[in-house]
Amino acid sequence: METFTDNILAVLLFTDLLLVGMSRLSGCISLVAVQGVLVGLLPLFSPEHVNPRSIVFFVVVCALKGVVFPVVLSRAMRSVNARREVEPFVGFGWSILIGVGILAFSFYQAKQLPIPSALVAGTMVMPAALATILIGIFLIVSRRTAVTQVLGYLVLENGISTFGLATVSGIPLLIELGLLLDVFVAVFVMAIMIYQINREFDHIDADRLSTLKG
Amino acid sequence: MQGTSIIPYLLSLVLAPLALGVINRVKAVFAGRKGQPLLQAYFDIFKLLRKGAVYSRTTTWIFRAGPVVSLGAVLLSLTMIPWGGFPALLAFDGDILVFVYVLGVARFFTVIAALDTGSAFEGMGASREVLFSAIAEPALLLGLVTLARLTSGWSLSTVLPGVSTATWIMAGASLSLLCLAWMIVFLAENSRIPVDDPNTHLELTMIHEVMVLDHSGPDFACILYGSSLKLWTLGALLANVLVPVRTGSAFIDILATIGGVFALAAVTGVIESTRARLRLLRVPHLIAAAGALSVLSLVLLVR
Amino acid sequence: MIPSMWPIVGLIAAGILAGLTRSSAKVSGVVGAFGAILSSAAGIAMALRMLLKGTPEQGVVEWSLPWGSLPFGVDALSGFFLLVVYLLSLLAALYGYGYMAGKPPGRTGMSWLWFNLLIASMATLFVARHAVSFLLAWETMSLASFFLVGFENEEKDVRRASWIYLVATHLGTAFLLAMFVYWGTAVGSFDFAQFPRIRDFGPYAMGIVFVSAMLGFGTKAGFYPMHVWLPEAHPAAPSHVSALMSGVMIKTGIYALLRTITLMGDPPPWWGWCFVGIGAVSGILGVVFALAQHDLKRLLAYHSVENIGIIALGMGLGLLGWSYRQPAMMILGFSGAVLHVLNHALFKGLLFLGAGSVLHATGCRNLEHLGGLMRKMPITGTTFLIGAAAISGLPPLNGFVSELLIYLAAFRGATQQPAGLVIPSLVLIGSLALIGGLALACFAKAFGVIFLGEPRDPRIGAAHESKWMMTLPMLILAAACFAVGLGGVLIGPVLVLVVANITALTPEVVAGDSEWLRTTLWGVAFAGAGLFLLVGLVTAGRNLLLRGRVVSRAPTWDCGYAAPTARMQYTASSFAQPITLLFATFLRSSRHGKMPRGLFPAESSLETHVQDAAVEKVYTPAFLFIRRLFERMRVFQEGRVHVYVMYVGVTLLLLLFFAL
Repeated sequence: METFTDNILAVLLFTDLLLVGMSRLSGCISLVAVQGVLVGLLPLFSPEHVNPRSIVFFVVVCALKGVVFPVVLSRAMRSVNARREVEPFVGFGWSILIGVGILAFSFYQAKQLPIPSALVAGTMVMPAALATILIGIFLIVSRRTAVTQVLGYLVLENGISTFGLATVSGIPLLIELGLLLDVFVAVFVMAIMIYQINREFDHIDADRLSTLKG
Repeated sequence: MQGTSIIPYLLSLVLAPLALGVINRVKAVFAGRKGQPLLQAYFDIFKLLRKGAVYSRTTTWIFRAGPVVSLGAVLLSLTMIPWGGFPALLAFDGDILVFVYVLGVARFFTVIAALDTGSAFEGMGASREVLFSAIAEPALLLGLVTLARLTSGWSLSTVLPGVSTATWIMAGASLSLLCLAWMIVFLAENSRIPVDDPNTHLELTMIHEVMVLDHSGPDFACILYGSSLKLWTLGALLANVLVPVRTGSAFIDILATIGGVFALAAVTGVIESTRARLRLLRVPHLIAAAGALSVLSLVLLVR
Repeated sequence: MIPSMWPIVGLIAAGILAGLTRSSAKVSGVVGAFGAILSSAAGIAMALRMLLKGTPEQGVVEWSLPWGSLPFGVDALSGFFLLVVYLLSLLAALYGYGYMAGKPPGRTGMSWLWFNLLIASMATLFVARHAVSFLLAWETMSLASFFLVGFENEEKDVRRASWIYLVATHLGTAFLLAMFVYWGTAVGSFDFAQFPRIRDFGPYAMGIVFVSAMLGFGTKAGFYPMHVWLPEAHPAAPSHVSALMSGVMIKTGIYALLRTITLMGDPPPWWGWCFVGIGAVSGILGVVFALAQHDLKRLLAYHSVENIGIIALGMGLGLLGWSYRQPAMMILGFSGAVLHVLNHALFKGLLFLGAGSVLHATGCRNLEHLGGLMRKMPITGTTFLIGAAAISGLPPLNGFVSELLIYLAAFRGATQQPAGLVIPSLVLIGSLALIGGLALACFAKAFGVIFLGEPRDPRIGAAHESKWMMTLPMLILAAACFAVGLGGVLIGPVLVLVVANITALTPEVVAGDSEWLRTTLWGVAFAGAGLFLLVGLVTAGRNLLLRGRVVSRAPTWDCGYAAPTARMQYTASSFAQPITLLFATFLRSSRHGKMPRGLFPAESSLETHVQDAAVEKVYTPAFLFIRRLFERMRVFQEGRVHVYVMYVGVTLLLLLFFAL
């Protein structure tokens, strides 16, 4: 099963890089949805036997990340007539270079992490999780609009999930669900916020919030 | 309940207004006047008791309660005073504080009765009264601590009789300072010169007399009698220390103490004749000095 | 679970229900208030049973999160404080039900939630036997009271007050957190049962714990100069909440200090000196600042500082008696302090409820505008008078009994040999006497100006007596003031249990050492009865004389001044002016207005304001300094979400890189 896990993780890494380079906002949303489904698939291929819990989890995660979030976000985007481009602070070329740098860093750093190898299924898990987390942060930092920030946040969460799901011992169900709830609420709050920012200021440029600074 | 407790109490009830007469007589002698009769205070009280009353429309039951509660409280505080080495009518460990705070009850009700009239004059008097007695209270209590230390007791009935000629010989300096401090407290609490002038009625400098402007008839009789009793009570406190005659014979000892109170009244008369009233702003300094003297008397003892 | 926790569960349930039904003011009021009343009644019954039977309860609540199971327990000390809290809560809830009628529904519902949570958290605090549950309850208490203070948050002053409160209480909690972490890591457990082992770490460690406890718990208790939140927060809250906060919430600080002392035991003398010093300063400055206030509730709040000072004085003497091995003094000091906790709850609760009643009837808290309410609100007026006399320490009311015990402790100390004992005792006697006199002045002022004379402002002419739901609690509290004042003997055995608990002696030893106190308490009761008797006799005589004579009503004579107006009465400020002048060093009142000038002076006015010296001299400069310091850090405050996230990312990267 390890190869399956590794393949999924490779796809995950690929989507990470694509996200960094993607300029169309709707494309970004779809990519994040794909990522969500990939993360949901992971526990099905864990070295343990597939149990009802992981199936339930797969269904919930796919429904939320694959369907609900993208729909909510697209709707929020449409309702506020956001511009369709990503509007980065950092150009796409540089972004991709940084993305690759993050990947390299992750592969290097993952070896240093003091985790007993027996706990981790496959060699790809740690680097992929780390890279996804870091790229999520990078997306939040380098993109201008609020929608992309939500996306970055989702990517970050995908990374955390990957880390948790793929480790053999697993995280208690309660905490998994808690994380999920966390993201769920976050997306809704952000969606509302996007809507509100738009209503108040006529744009959703989080950059301009700096005028509120005292 | 023994005769040595109840007889001096009853005697005090009868004799208290006489002390006022003694003060006035001394003042008259100093001024070269013939002066009012010695029993003038009794005449005043009886005259007032025969009259009706006028109450201000502004007032409530507080105004009517003021004089009677004050008189009742002073009557109670007198029960705790021992005479000539014999225990008082009411004596228990800690009655020192009950004594001091019961006098506080009398003051509180006099003050709020004054405020009840809504008169600016009476408010002014009340304001001064509470300030001066607030500063006088530590002096009185710290003086009692000195005595408690000397006689190791917690009751007026052990502390005051415990003072004898032997005590004076042992701690004379300390006791003289204490008596000085208490003399100031005595003058301040009874609204005498140099703190207050009991003869003037309309000056803005007045304290006690101005608070009771609106009372009339039996109520005012209560106030007059109450203030003479308060003078008597505080005088007795001081006389017990100043005249430590402890022969063991009830007749001589108690009479000596009562004589002490009258002597104190005479001294008050002399002070009133020879001193001027202090400026109002200076009064707190005088009373605070009394507190300092009390502390000093303690320090001499603890040393 | 121990039985004493069921009322807490009831309170929380009632609070949540009230919060859920907040759309209807009626339902949420009934649920919140009567839930609190019933739970408090149950709590009173349990606390009383505990105090009379004297057997402590112990129990453990299993908890699946990191710190394992949490122990709870009730001993005499907890039981006593539980009794005080539930007693006042019950009455405050009933009062609040009447007081809150007519306020906006959504908000009252929520306020009942916070109210019940406040009571529940205080009760939990008293039964907690573990640092985690203790701090949890402490924080819940602070937050619940914060929301209650901010009840009328559309007013700027109220918002400001609630923020000051929040900051102050968390500064205090910071010290507590440090204290518990230090203490817990030193002894290796956060269970109170292990805490006494701090003794093995020497006086230095105990000193650290003591000082941080003084700072942390002292902030909540309102010791000077950590009191600054108190005169802001208490007036801002609705009156029944002020009663609860001032009457019992600040006592949680006292409870916690007593508990800390009990857990450590064997105090060095400097703890006692500390308490006496802080107590004297808090007491005197509290009452002096109270005298200078124009706002009734602020005045009462400053009096809480004063009374906490008195409690601290009692505790200080108790500690000194402990250090110098003077059991009688130790017992007197602690029992005076503990009894004063109850007494202050009774009369301060009463006074705040009375203030609320005045506020409710007139819409005015400013003393300078009130007056003559005695005739319009006789019950409020009379009960307020009783509270005023009680807080001034006048016999035969309760305030006198506890002050008497503390005085007696000081008399004991003052007649001993060691200077370390004599000097604090003298300081105590001097300052307590001064406090008593000034408190009397202050309450003569407050009562006289509010209830006596004529209304100073025509607007308050329409005032009327409050509903029975508001007057009944005041009557009960007034009766309780008399009951404790006269029945001190009956409370004696309870105090013996509590003091035995604090000092780790057996109740028999304590009772033996305080046997003579029974005569004193009987004497006090006897003197009180005598006072009633004598006053009754004099009154009867006076009334007998007046029967059949002319008793007429006339205007106030006022030295023949014929046309007075209500504005010419002595005001609160003028009444207090000689005293404020005397203490001008601390008060620094500022005056502004138009002085009369010329031969025919036109309209003129004068206003005085008193700024708290601690705020002016300590807090404002300190916070300004901190603000300047942090302004430098504005460079980092870019104001862009991206940059903040970048900080997080960079930190993560650096951590990953360097930590591995």
